[in-house]
Amino acid sequence: MNNTFKFALSDLRDVALLNKAHSSLPEFEKLLSQLRYDAVAKPVFFVGSGTCGRIAGSAATLMAIRQYTTEKNIDAEIIEVGCIGLCRSEPLLDIQLPGKRRISFGNVTAEKVEPLLDDVLNNTIPLGMALGQYSHSHQEAWNGIRLLNDLPFFRMQNRVVLKNCGIINPFSIESYIANGGYKSLTKVLLRYSPDAVCGIISESGLRGRGGGGYPTGEKWKAALNTQGEERFLICNGDESDPGAFMDRSLFEGDPHKIIEGVAISAYAIQAGKAYIYVRAEYSLAVERLKIAINQAQEAGLLGHNILNSGYSLTIGIREGAGAFVCGEETALIASIEGKRGMPRPKPPFPSQRGLFGLPTVVNNVETLANIPSIIENGPAWFAATGTEKSKGTKVFALAGKINMVGLVEVSMGTSLSDVIYKIAGGVRNGKAIKAVQLGGPSGSCLPEESLDVKIDYESLTEAGTIMGSGGLVVLDEDTCMVDMAKFFTDFLQRESCGKCIPCREGTKRMHEILENITRRPPDESGHEALERFKGVMQLNNLAEVIKDTSLCGLGQTAPNPLLSAMKHFRDEFEEHIFERKCRAGVCKDLRVYYIDTDKCIGCTACAKKCPTTAIIGSARNPHFIVEDKCIGCGICYDVCKFVAVIVK
Amino acid sequence: MNFTIEVNGKIIQARKGETILESLAKSGITVPTLCHMPGLYPTGSCRMCVVEVEGKPNLITACSFPVEDGLKIRTHSPRVVNARKTNVELLLGNHPDDCLYCERNGNCELQTFAAELGVRERRFRGSKSKAKTDPSGAALVREPSKCILCGRCVRTCDEVVGAMTLGFIGRGNKTIVGPSFNKQINLSSCINCGQCIMACPTGALHEKRHSPDLLTALHNPEEHVVLQLSPTVQISMAENFGLKTGKDSIGVLVSASRRAGFDKVFDTSFAADLYITELAAELEQRIRSNINLPLFSSDCPAWVKFAEQKYPEILPQLSSCKSPQQMTGSLIRSFYAPGFVVKSSQIFSVSAMPCTAKKFESQREQMTQKGITEVDTVMTTRELSQFIKLNGIGENLNENDLPDAPFHLRSSASRLLSVSGGLSEALIRTLHYRLTGTEIKQLKISELRQTKEIREVRLAMGEYNIGFAVADSMKAAGKLVGEVLKGRSDLHFIEVMACQGGCINGGGQPISDDQQVVRQRIKTIYEMDEKEPIKVAHKNPAVIAIYREFLGEPLGKKAIELLHTTYTKRDVAY
Repeated sequence: MNNTFKFALSDLRDVALLNKAHSSLPEFEKLLSQLRYDAVAKPVFFVGSGTCGRIAGSAATLMAIRQYTTEKNIDAEIIEVGCIGLCRSEPLLDIQLPGKRRISFGNVTAEKVEPLLDDVLNNTIPLGMALGQYSHSHQEAWNGIRLLNDLPFFRMQNRVVLKNCGIINPFSIESYIANGGYKSLTKVLLRYSPDAVCGIISESGLRGRGGGGYPTGEKWKAALNTQGEERFLICNGDESDPGAFMDRSLFEGDPHKIIEGVAISAYAIQAGKAYIYVRAEYSLAVERLKIAINQAQEAGLLGHNILNSGYSLTIGIREGAGAFVCGEETALIASIEGKRGMPRPKPPFPSQRGLFGLPTVVNNVETLANIPSIIENGPAWFAATGTEKSKGTKVFALAGKINMVGLVEVSMGTSLSDVIYKIAGGVRNGKAIKAVQLGGPSGSCLPEESLDVKIDYESLTEAGTIMGSGGLVVLDEDTCMVDMAKFFTDFLQRESCGKCIPCREGTKRMHEILENITRRPPDESGHEALERFKGVMQLNNLAEVIKDTSLCGLGQTAPNPLLSAMKHFRDEFEEHIFERKCRAGVCKDLRVYYIDTDKCIGCTACAKKCPTTAIIGSARNPHFIVEDKCIGCGICYDVCKFVAVIVK
Repeated sequence: MNFTIEVNGKIIQARKGETILESLAKSGITVPTLCHMPGLYPTGSCRMCVVEVEGKPNLITACSFPVEDGLKIRTHSPRVVNARKTNVELLLGNHPDDCLYCERNGNCELQTFAAELGVRERRFRGSKSKAKTDPSGAALVREPSKCILCGRCVRTCDEVVGAMTLGFIGRGNKTIVGPSFNKQINLSSCINCGQCIMACPTGALHEKRHSPDLLTALHNPEEHVVLQLSPTVQISMAENFGLKTGKDSIGVLVSASRRAGFDKVFDTSFAADLYITELAAELEQRIRSNINLPLFSSDCPAWVKFAEQKYPEILPQLSSCKSPQQMTGSLIRSFYAPGFVVKSSQIFSVSAMPCTAKKFESQREQMTQKGITEVDTVMTTRELSQFIKLNGIGENLNENDLPDAPFHLRSSASRLLSVSGGLSEALIRTLHYRLTGTEIKQLKISELRQTKEIREVRLAMGEYNIGFAVADSMKAAGKLVGEVLKGRSDLHFIEVMACQGGCINGGGQPISDDQQVVRQRIKTIYEMDEKEPIKVAHKNPAVIAIYREFLGEPLGKKAIELLHTTYTKRDVAY
């Protein structure tokens, strides 16, 4: 089957043929339909094999399926796909039987494979295992199984960027083309001038999805209008926010979409060379990208004189060495140049003086993944979604104490609470939500009462946070906000490139001040207590100076988590400072133990184990903890069999 | 295009293409800078030059931001000054706080900032850098705990000198500056030029002091302590004696050295003449036999090390002449000692140089006689200056003495070696005489006196048309070596200096930002060349005498044994 299409692909240089591939000529339509798996001739197993799937055990699942089909001599096709976003239900297994609709099963670990396949191949669905079925129009539906799109998780989503993720075969360019891929690139190369492409993107209102929100079309125009013997396009896939995995999923699930986006953007700025900068830790993404680039090259969609348009482009992959700061565009450029990843002052902006001193555009992965659909459907279609100033959709990586950890894409203008409660099913274990951290370590937290804010650049800024690149971490009542600020400050300190003083030294001092208020030294002198208070007094000034004077975005936003936490959870900070208490019980040093006299039977187990003899009391009488002597080690809590030791 | 900007409420003129800092400087408004290096691309790392610009949410760095028409700037608003002060306090928070024990006490930019901004309290306490001092280098000591990471040394090493030794290592506040892989400096590609010391605002980089037991030696009657004064040192110490900047101070310097207790004081300029003579003979021989050309100069020990580690293939082309310092050292032990009835082993041979690499050179194993180093201790100009002060000799000294025989006479050509291109000029005079038998008419070669990184000139000498090139910095030298290796053959002599401008800008010179002072010194050197009667090395009577009495002829057996050396390929960590 694929051979026929390969034949067509090898002739793709003949422009008319590619056009035919996307026209509705019946002979091609049939082929494309087969490639889209609209209908199948033998059972097909789609195994969710993104990084999240692999961690959940999809490799074993895959092996079990192979073993099953070999042993039972079943003629079936097994396809590894990316992640559909339901990371919580990985490993995911989709099954499509001839004549039937594709159906999804969650948490299919290796040992579940045999019974599940036994049942499904006999046309029965084991109770409760199916997540939902796809909505192929001409296929017979499974009885009593809801549509996947009716799941609350999917119902409110608007999947444009993630459209193919987890559905198509990321290893197959044919699969991408059959789903409408490379149509936009062909259109652009044959019909539009670079200026016109910039114009279309400007008109669509697309803004950078890396967090800054700079209008993409304007950025392109600036580069296109700068004289230079060469220009470069860089796709920034150095996704390093803790808890963010949008780019990784895209690379793994739909690499050709990124390549098409890169190619269109490179054409728009007339770049002859493009780089995709990916974290080296994303080995799966790198592997799939490499395969995809090779395929596109073989098909003549990259390389010299693409589709006889006269335009040539090569795409290179550059693997980052794991520095957070390399997500900053000038540091990323330095890294590609082979230098140490350190930012430089702007202006000049990369569009004027970028890679090797030449005009360069650096775009985020998600931004580029939006491009093919905008070209395909036109700027008006894109601008129809979203709010006045923020158009289109935004992908979020949900992490933290949320029920449905995973990847979602919603229209701009959706409220944050809808994403958290309606899509992701709220907080785990029925706990109360305390705050949401948006935009990773550079972002700010929003307290529960502000969650009605709409997702768009301006509203989020107004609410005191940022859009960021799409990391959304939900914190519940068990989270200590001081500890959280401390975590992010420490992260940024360790990731600071060390170039400018405020970021390098300032974040260190900020972290130390926070350490001091979450720690209880065994014997604190009055002088030390004074130093601790002095530190706290400086915290605000220090944070402001770091924001005000840092060289790059990393430093300028470094105090954000702390400042926002101090703004919304001031009482919690004051408790730590004045009462030396952590209400969430996270700051180990500040825990206070006491003994419930009603429950204590005086077994003396705790008193015997206490390393500082802080527990007094005679046998068979309730005991008592001398607070001044207690170092909060928690041994008494662990040894008490009568739950008499209580943590405050 | 000219336009105006508003600074602190006053209108000033600015020109398109300038940075804010440049516009401010023209109008006499000073904004403090730390990482800024005139002539190099701004890095914006220190944030000291931040100013408030209306309409910008954050403070911006004046050093990197291009002026725009109608900008409204405030350079010393409370917000700006607070930011600068906080940043300096942050630096001090991670600084050893040991000013009284520091090499740069009293001459430290961080101290100046702290004083100017009125830092009077240790506001930020916490952990301090635990980076260890690296004392392994022959010439340089690195104290990373004192480093404030302005990056000037890194940029000097990469962009100015081109040795590419220093770089940033690590992240966060554990970032340090060091050679590749944080290797010890003696294993690194460091060429000891000392330009990083000149760039360093604090005491994080300084020369290795070689003179701790000098004072004892001077007061020990058993030891015969001799000092040689480099021609560059002679021109660079006028200020010590209250003389006009740039004045040649050999007389008073000799007198001061004698007072300090040196038994003999020699002039290295004598050996410079000897060096020129030997070098001219060597070049003549190579030109006549057309082998191993072009000849590379060997008086800059930083360049010699660079060649040994980076371009071992050109070592046969490197002149085998020892540098003037080592020629003097060699002759002190072999000629002066027997002639003046002193045991070579009793002689403590000290030299004062504008250079840190000379410290390294004096320790090369090739630079010994019967296991004794030819030169025992090398002092930089800075160290000599401090030593003279230590001996209570200062501005009121009003004596002029002559250096001691037999190394006391010099030509004015020898003094040109202080300036880059000067060696070539001096060499041309003697080479012309050797090739044609007549003195050259046009002494001044203005092509070689420019400030370009690479300067070339072609001169006809008898039947030959000889190409000379001067390379300032390793970067420039690398370029020329590359061309030569690719087959360029029109050059016969290449003079290489590690420090831009030559020894006068050497890494051992007084640390001053002021290029005006350096220019004054250069001017004096050229003036001396104009005025003095003996302008060529081969007419120096002392040189003629030593060949007659002791050495025989240039490149003769004795000369080769005492005045020439060998080189070996060097493995270093890159």
